[in-house]
Amino acid sequence: MLLEIKNLHASIEGKEILRGIDLTINEGEVHAIMGPNGSGKSTLSAVLAGHPAFTVTQGTVLFRGKDLLALSPEDRSREGLFLGFQYPVEIPGVSMTNFLRTAVNEHRKYRNEEPPSAAQFLAMMREKRAIVELESKLANRSVNEGFSGGEKKRNEIFQMAMLEPYLSILDETDSGLDIDALRIVANGVNKLRTPTNATMLITHYQRLLDYIVPDFVHILYQGRIVRTAGKELALELEEKGYDWIKQDNNE
Amino acid sequence: MITPKAYIDLYHEYESVIRASSGDLLNAPRSAAFQSFERIGFPSTSMEAYKDCDLKPILETDFGMNLRQLDIPVNPQEVFSCEVPNLSTNLIFLINDQFYQGDKPHHLPEGVLCGSLKEMGKTHQALLAPYFATLSATSNDGMVHFNGGFVQDGFVLYVPANMHLEKPIQVINVLKAPEDMLVQRRILVILETGAHARLLLCDHNLSGNHMMANQVAEVFVGDSASLEYYELEMNNQVTTRVSNTFFRLESASTLRMNQVVLSNGFTRNNATITLIGEGAEANLSGVVLGERNQFTDNHVLVDHAVPHCTSNQLYKYVLDDTSNGVFGGSILVRGDAQKTKANQSNKNLCSHSARMRARPQLEIYADDVVCSHGSATGQMDENALFYMRSRGISAEEAKLLLKYAFTTDVIDTISLAPLRDRMRMLVEKRFRGELINCAGCAASNCH
Repeated sequence: MLLEIKNLHASIEGKEILRGIDLTINEGEVHAIMGPNGSGKSTLSAVLAGHPAFTVTQGTVLFRGKDLLALSPEDRSREGLFLGFQYPVEIPGVSMTNFLRTAVNEHRKYRNEEPPSAAQFLAMMREKRAIVELESKLANRSVNEGFSGGEKKRNEIFQMAMLEPYLSILDETDSGLDIDALRIVANGVNKLRTPTNATMLITHYQRLLDYIVPDFVHILYQGRIVRTAGKELALELEEKGYDWIKQDNNE
Repeated sequence: MITPKAYIDLYHEYESVIRASSGDLLNAPRSAAFQSFERIGFPSTSMEAYKDCDLKPILETDFGMNLRQLDIPVNPQEVFSCEVPNLSTNLIFLINDQFYQGDKPHHLPEGVLCGSLKEMGKTHQALLAPYFATLSATSNDGMVHFNGGFVQDGFVLYVPANMHLEKPIQVINVLKAPEDMLVQRRILVILETGAHARLLLCDHNLSGNHMMANQVAEVFVGDSASLEYYELEMNNQVTTRVSNTFFRLESASTLRMNQVVLSNGFTRNNATITLIGEGAEANLSGVVLGERNQFTDNHVLVDHAVPHCTSNQLYKYVLDDTSNGVFGGSILVRGDAQKTKANQSNKNLCSHSARMRARPQLEIYADDVVCSHGSATGQMDENALFYMRSRGISAEEAKLLLKYAFTTDVIDTISLAPLRDRMRMLVEKRFRGELINCAGCAASNCH
């Protein structure tokens, strides 16, 4: 078992957003979390990554046997959790190379491993960049600065490839992507799948799931998972819309 | 107001001693300067320009002054066996306020003067007299005239017309004394028509005593001449630095000034840039890194006196702990200065406990000009911080990277590549806290 969430409650500025999430993810699985706007999808990803703005009020999260909620955001990353941001942050003045070298070195240090040599690191950058067809010139720029929407999302998957996480949470990675960029991003995610890692896709639309086929689809509504099924659930949602869920749960 | 009486008495008692060794260049304007000081006194917080800069407690220190110009034993070559790597410079030392020749020969083209202000003032008085103490004479800052009364030596650079100095000149200001001491430092730089020079001034306090340097620099950039003027302060916490730098830019000349405060105690830098010839351009930038209870106040006045001149200011402060920063940036566009382009930007990254006061000012009396100014003080971008931490970068390292990144656009304005690289390294070291353990002197780190 990779991730086990039990009765997770979380709030921001006193307002409860997550109201009892239960979810288990095993190695090799792809889970899609769907739901209408404001249902708590992005909050779930932020809470798992340790965003300081949210307060966990109840519940437990075990990640590879460890109490995830007790770890700092950086230690969660070093333990193998990755969050692909819906809105990747621009960091003027910090080059992609410097940023990733620092991140990779800190991951290695956490595992008591030697940092890669400069040559090894550059080779690694080259190899991983190819997965998402990211141009080399972007690596010399400041983090996400001046990147197009599609480049930012590809850059997220590139970082994921560099850090080789056990669990990748991709928050609305498909939003704002044209069909070509979506295909590149989805191919990248598929290429990075192994029997020992897992992916949690947070998405609003079924579209992404044509490219990355989930094993489970969960519907999040008002801070709870109200329905779980196989990939066919996404198609059903596409057909019926979210009103159907809303009616079911409000009545 | 602080009574400067003790210094006035001292001056009159020792005037003959001061005059004896100084030579005519320094002596000629001395009385006028000191009379101005007697009239104005020290700056006080009741003056608008010194509102946030209280020198009073510092000036109450019982400083000694080396009026007899006794040699204070220090071998700077030993202390600074390492220069900026890959930067081949002509090295000059000022030990307190005295010029120190050192043992390295300078390879300078004929006609260039580069050395002791006192000595060159004796040998080249006719050449230097039309410049010395002319820009400073009308200053309303008492510190300038205080210096003018007591000045005994300093550094002069004179570059004849159309001469390009290939090697940068590096002036290392060393403060060292067996007791608390007040130093009157003087710098004179003259670039004739079409000349080009690069000057790097570094400040170090090697003593654990309270050293106060009161520096006055006058810089003349002739028609079509170009000057790069870099100042780097790496003083320790028991240092006070007050500087007044006056630039006069003739037509089509260019000035790049970059001031970096890496470590200091209490600093007030005044820079007055007068664009007196059409087509002159001044690019001014600065970085201040404050920590503990350090205080740094940069005041910049750009005076656009004639049409078609350009000025840019970019000043950034990173203030940690309970440090204090002040930026007073003024642009004055006089009535005749049509087609002026002037820009001023001040950005500050300020921790919760630190304090930044910014006073940007724009005074425009011409109507066909493009002027802009902006000042912003904020805290570290929490989103960027979380983004970095989510990649496994520790909060501490992430903050360091963000602070470093914040300074890069200013450091990038340094066109001297080896100095730029060195500065990047020093800034990073400073943020990592690795500058502290060497008496404030980073240059001695690479032994």
